[in-house]
Amino acid sequence: MNDRTRVRLTVNGHAEQVEVEPRAILADVLRDNLGLTGTHLACEHGVCGACTVLIDGEAARSCLVFAVQAEGASITTVEGIAPDGGLSPVQEAMRDCHGLQCGFCTPGIVVSMTAYLNTHPNPSDADLKEAMSGNLCRCTGYQGILAAARQAADRMNASS
Amino acid sequence: MKPSQFQHHAPERVDEVVALLAEYGDDAKVLAGGQSLIPIMALRMATYPHLVDIARVPDLSKISATPNAVRVGAMVRQSHAERDAAVATVPLLAKALPHIGHFQIRNRGTVGGSIAHADPASELPAVALALDARIEATGPGGVRFIDASEFFLSTWQTALDDGEILSAVEFPVWGAGSGFGVEEIARRKGDFALVGALAGVTLDGDRVTRACITMIGVGSTPVRCHEAEAALIAGGANADLDEIGRIAAAPLTPTHDVHASAAYRKHVSPAIVRRALTAALKEARS
Ligand SMILES: Cc1cc2nc3c(=O)[nH]c(=O)nc-3n(C[C@H](O)[C@H](O)[C@H](O)COP(=O)(O)OP(=O)(O)OC[C@H]3O[C@@H](n4cnc5c(N)ncnc54)[C@H](O)[C@@H]3O)c2cc1C
Ligand code: FES
Ligand code: FES
Repeated sequence: MNDRTRVRLTVNGHAEQVEVEPRAILADVLRDNLGLTGTHLACEHGVCGACTVLIDGEAARSCLVFAVQAEGASITTVEGIAPDGGLSPVQEAMRDCHGLQCGFCTPGIVVSMTAYLNTHPNPSDADLKEAMSGNLCRCTGYQGILAAARQAADRMNASS
Repeated sequence: MKPSQFQHHAPERVDEVVALLAEYGDDAKVLAGGQSLIPIMALRMATYPHLVDIARVPDLSKISATPNAVRVGAMVRQSHAERDAAVATVPLLAKALPHIGHFQIRNRGTVGGSIAHADPASELPAVALALDARIEATGPGGVRFIDASEFFLSTWQTALDDGEILSAVEFPVWGAGSGFGVEEIARRKGDFALVGALAGVTLDGDRVTRACITMIGVGSTPVRCHEAEAALIAGGANADLDEIGRIAAAPLTPTHDVHASAAYRKHVSPAIVRRALTAALKEARS
């Protein structure tokens, strides 16, 4: 029953192959098998958003996906959001607007915000609040995060 | 917080899904989007030796329109349904979808999974019940259709037989002059509703020719409010909506849980119904 299965993934552009139990959660595989510890785990049942990654470009909770379900998929983690060595517009905005304190929630925030802004070029403030409602932060009180979302949306819009 | 061991099956055809369910019986469970099943397994509320993953069955991910209904395959992701042109012709479904959790959840969660899971606070079972949708079930004996009114038996209990899957749902399309509203109370955006109402009306001038009102979070299944519907049809577009709300709430026997008391749920129900109907009537007039 605890037979391992081979799972092939493209992670941040690199082809990867892991041998894992079917019950292995994608977040654990990213962290433990592939060493990508930027993806954080807190609640492990879908509520907090810390573990958010992109699966074939769409944001998802990596704690609610078995790695075997992602066979063949392309995964982007927070490590793969920015161009090499730099900061993405979302990351820059998070820094400028004090969108983080302890930073635990930040990878999930950055990935969610990136996914949302990629598909919603012209969001209202209300849209941004709604979009970020699936990511819990215990430190900031959210105002810095929403300011960052506003700045990132405006800059991404101006440069496109 | 880790699920127990299981064997993963990823068939590519519906008949293979059904054969696997027959082979493993009670030891097998369907895995669709996993947005309810994986939390349940992670919390060890349940363990299953075999998961039959239906995500690789192309036939289950199709949406098709007929003149009077839209057929949504079980495995259609909620976020894809939200963006689909055929789904837009079923406005109550289109309006209910964004109320499910957050966009990250809807990118994985499926239309069929939500309805098969039959959580009494969920939106999509209520849409099916409100619109008199037909649930398509596929099992060893082939395909059969179950009326939504007969489908939801209790919390997480449906009329699907062992070995059957929900393969699609047919949502009726209402004609011109119709409007719909979805209203909820939840503590935080994205939480399951404490109480919600989904309503639809068709107007001919000031006459209400068709009405549906369904509530969530107030019982062990979604609840259709037939008396309130009849009162609205009798009263017309200018009926006293507070009164309709009271009629809808009168027979409800909500339960108490950590999120809200039974009395609170009962107390807010008329107002939620009024708001959903107000939105539906406004849309029908426009
Ligand atoms: C943080 C969070 C918030 C949420 N908020 C909401 C909300 O506000 N409203 C809401 O409605 N839902 C909410 N959900 C649940 C979400 O909508 C789920 O996606 C949905 O309930 C189940 O769909 P799924 O495809 O993920 O199914 P799965 O989790 O894969 O399966 C759920 C159950 O249904 C069975 N099943 C699935 N598909 C079929 C099928 N085709 N035939 C037979 N049985 C099947 C499975 O065996 C399992 O028992 C939330 C989830 C999370 C994690
Ligand atoms: S760890 Fe995945 S949502 Fe909390
Ligand atoms: S910065 Fe600490 S949880 Fe968000």
